[in-house]
Amino acid sequence: MTALAARMPAGRYGFRHVARMEWIKLRSLRSTWWTLVLSAVGAVAIGVAVGLNTTNGTEDVTNNALAGILPALLLSGVLGALLMTSEYSSGMIRSTLAASPRRPLLLAAKAAVFGAAALAFGEAASFIAFFAGGAALRHGIAAPALSQPGVLRAVVLGGTGFCLLGLIGLGLGAIIRHSAAAIAVYVGCLFVLPTFIGNLVHQVGVYLPIIIVGNSLTTTQPAACRPGAADCTPFLSAWAGLGVLALYAAVALAAGGWLFARRDA
Amino acid sequence: MIEVQELTKRYGSTLAVDALSFDLRPGTVTGFLGANGSGKSTTMRLVLGLDSPDAGRVRIDGHRFRDLRWPLREVGSLLEARAFHPGRSARSHLAALAASNAIPPRRVDEVIDLVGLTSAASRRAGKFSLGMAQRLGIAAALLGDPRVLLLDEPVNGLDPAGIHWIRDLLTSLAAQGRVVFVSSHLISEMALVAERLIVIGQGRLLADTSVAEMSAGAPSLEAAFLAMTEPSAEYRAAGLAPGGREMAAWPPATTRRDGSR
Repeated sequence: MTALAARMPAGRYGFRHVARMEWIKLRSLRSTWWTLVLSAVGAVAIGVAVGLNTTNGTEDVTNNALAGILPALLLSGVLGALLMTSEYSSGMIRSTLAASPRRPLLLAAKAAVFGAAALAFGEAASFIAFFAGGAALRHGIAAPALSQPGVLRAVVLGGTGFCLLGLIGLGLGAIIRHSAAAIAVYVGCLFVLPTFIGNLVHQVGVYLPIIIVGNSLTTTQPAACRPGAADCTPFLSAWAGLGVLALYAAVALAAGGWLFARRDA
Repeated sequence: MIEVQELTKRYGSTLAVDALSFDLRPGTVTGFLGANGSGKSTTMRLVLGLDSPDAGRVRIDGHRFRDLRWPLREVGSLLEARAFHPGRSARSHLAALAASNAIPPRRVDEVIDLVGLTSAASRRAGKFSLGMAQRLGIAAALLGDPRVLLLDEPVNGLDPAGIHWIRDLLTSLAAQGRVVFVSSHLISEMALVAERLIVIGQGRLLADTSVAEMSAGAPSLEAAFLAMTEPSAEYRAAGLAPGGREMAAWPPATTRRDGSR
């Protein structure tokens, strides 16, 4: 008995240990890498295609080059949701909770690890898409430079959008727990709903995550209202947009964590 | 030591575990017996904090499971066999769990060798047979060299050599002074490994006894178990006396092989 007890190290398992577990779990699935690489490649390819087809140099060409971030958000959110729902569908949750029964700690570690990985990939995709899209410009249009006003900000925030939407997906996964349902809600709320709401009620539309990423984060200058236009709500500024997106992610994770801690696993 | 006190759990209108109390002490294999749906797995889930009880409590050396300092080093568990992501290799699965409790990485290879998965450790665990999945689950339970082992149907899917192996393993783990709690519906298996038995029916404690005591007065442990649990089986019509501890009706009237009474 004493021999058995003696092997126990001092202290207690904590965030550091659980984050390490989540990192090993994340990196040891081939599907994680495929999804992240696919979304980065897609973002770059779309940036190049839009660059090739840009004919008007007075447009926000940075925003054009970053157009591929929007479809990539689909994969980042789905990956985030699956990170949680696959625990339930596979039965892994029983092993995970046997190792780390403090559930809010577990979700925090998951969010930190996945958020960091998604941020790294998002930034890589955003920067590569920016340079590739700029290089693909024709018709005598000059490629934008990072030193121009708002350009570096737009490129960096494009990458953070990828991370924050991934965390919203993770939160939804913790709330809904079923893969198909979580993905349907994510895609429905973020991609399908905006096509209705965005066109009908512009006042609400500017707060939709996808509109924020497309029209606030990845622009050098959010499009302003046309002078004299009646009933026009301007798009959020880049930083306000970032704040709202971060708030959405925080709310999704807090709700997911609250339910996770209270429900039977 | 594990103390289960007045544990009660309801799923909707079903009372899965009903004021169940028992203690588990180190040094012996304790068998957990009950018919299908009698609440064995639910009890295991409540002990591990996967589900929270409606009433009652579980203490592991005086602590709640979620307050343990190093959960995997204190309690090793196996519930249903597949508790891993199918896309991950056995080694990665165990390495991740080990990291969460600061268990040295070499222990991962030790338990892989111990359960006989050495040649399959790098393959995707989703391709594993039931027996291999079971071995991976046992490896995860042993990973932290815990003082308490809770194993739900560990024999499921194992081949005869595997069954023989786990029998020896369980007895030696108990002999080392650990708490070993094993549920099974294979009574003959229980007769071989367990010293003590906890029998439940419809979520209630039917007996907390020793194997020797329970088999006394009946032709076999299985016969004693059936006599004890039959009155509480769900499909039996209401009106029968609950509890069913009585063995007076033994032997029951049966039809002989030649058809005569």
